[in-house]
Amino acid sequence: MSLPEEPKIRIQNVSYSYGGQPALSSVTLDVPANAISVFFGPAGGGKTTLLRLINRLNDLVEGTQMAGSILLDGQDLYAPEVNVTELRRRVGMVFALPLPLPGTVRENVLYGPQLAGVGDRTIQDEILMRSLTQAALWDEVKDRLDDPAVALSGGQQQRLCIARSLALEPQVLLLDEPTSGLDPISTAKVENSLFQLKENYTIIIVPHSVQQAARVADYAAFFLMGELIEHRPGNEIFVTPHHQRTEDYVTGRFG
Amino acid sequence: MDETRQTRGGEFLIESFIRVIGVSSIGFVGLIFLFLLREGIPFFFEVEPGNLLGTRWYPTFDLFGMLPLLLGSVLVTVIAMGIALPLGVATAIFVREVAPNWAREILKPLIEVLAGIPSVVLGFFGMTLIAPLVRETLGVPTGLTAFTGALILAYMALPTIISVAEDALDAVPKSYRDAGLAMGATQWQTIWRVVVPAARSGIVTAMMLGMGRAIGETMAVMMVTGNAARMPLALDSLFQPVRTMTATVAAEMGEVAQGSTHYRALFAIGIILFLLTFVINLAAASTIFKKRRRGGLR
Repeated sequence: MSLPEEPKIRIQNVSYSYGGQPALSSVTLDVPANAISVFFGPAGGGKTTLLRLINRLNDLVEGTQMAGSILLDGQDLYAPEVNVTELRRRVGMVFALPLPLPGTVRENVLYGPQLAGVGDRTIQDEILMRSLTQAALWDEVKDRLDDPAVALSGGQQQRLCIARSLALEPQVLLLDEPTSGLDPISTAKVENSLFQLKENYTIIIVPHSVQQAARVADYAAFFLMGELIEHRPGNEIFVTPHHQRTEDYVTGRFG
Repeated sequence: MDETRQTRGGEFLIESFIRVIGVSSIGFVGLIFLFLLREGIPFFFEVEPGNLLGTRWYPTFDLFGMLPLLLGSVLVTVIAMGIALPLGVATAIFVREVAPNWAREILKPLIEVLAGIPSVVLGFFGMTLIAPLVRETLGVPTGLTAFTGALILAYMALPTIISVAEDALDAVPKSYRDAGLAMGATQWQTIWRVVVPAARSGIVTAMMLGMGRAIGETMAVMMVTGNAARMPLALDSLFQPVRTMTATVAAEMGEVAQGSTHYRALFAIGIILFLLTFVINLAAASTIFKKRRRGGLR
């Protein structure tokens, strides 16, 4: 496979278990910069777990064991000197369900920057406009910035969550089934904004269907029962899968 | 066919039974309220308003000034809430958000046990342990003060506040915590700026329920507040004896002549107490309804 020289994220021999229940077994995988990588496969394959490991969201989950290492720009994320809060600002995450926090549209977008200490009103307005534009939401909400975030439609709320992550100017954006609760039109809008975002960001997405995986993937990794079966450029894996199991899955023989 | 008819008959019986029970329990509450009104309302016409709003409660001399009792109750309750609220909410946050699983398993049942301690036991505890402590550390003439009462009441309201606030925090979806953390918030920032605001209405309910418990409490308060019906207006009244409405009713009902003005005065106090708790519960309920109307947030 032809990956760029220096991968953004190197996942090396990562194994993970929840209270003795294995979720990932020695996964090794390079994620290239400025591209959309897709982690796909049937439920229980370990995709979401791997995603959560990349910004250390599982730190607070009790009774888990991890082996192996994850490098971001060559730096081990699990090294003791890593500042987790700072790491999570560099690696943003969007969840399956649109999850506006209590408060207005503006407050939602500026939540992260304010925590990071951005108090200047002009800078805040710039961040607000930039991240909402990047998430393809600005035109729809520019007159409703002070409305409660819960008043937006489901699709708008999900793009608001993407904008909220982008407000921190992360280098990596993780999306866990970001369109599973959305209608096709909103899904298309979210996917389109991802295509624009990959110019500047490294994107990893767990799609909610094989069709979505095939639509957005520059690179795709197929996970089955905690194992990485196959990892190749998207235009190859969905057309000529190397492994029988991958082929069975992408052609819909099981799922 | 026979079988379904039988089931229908059974259904009908059970439904009627439940309906009778439900309606009658509402009916009983209504009757209690009517009785309270019948015995208490005439008092407001028997005694002139000047006397009623006076500052002296000496029923034997026909002085029925209710202000000292009302203010006594309010003072003790407010101070108790001032102590119990921050402690209770902080404990709820600790139990739900910070403590490891094994500690939570121990703490939760312990807190439930606290709620089951009879108030007379707490009153006894207050009289023999807290009151001397207050007297000696603060150098006041008697340890039976409004402050002592507030301490005991705060302790009594704590389990209610902790349990209800903990439930409210528990109802905040885990994804809120993930979202906060994923935005680079520390655990503390996530708790304070995401989880607590999302649970706000539940925490207000906890506060109201705790307050309702405190204002209606009788036995412990009667045992530790000293029961002097004086206006708690001076700066140091917190460290002097007061008398609450509940303690007045409990202490005097036994020796009052039935049908006398004094007798009806005690029922009038009951009406005032009822209205106070009613307003508090109404406020609690309205925050719950507001939350439902707003939708979205749980």
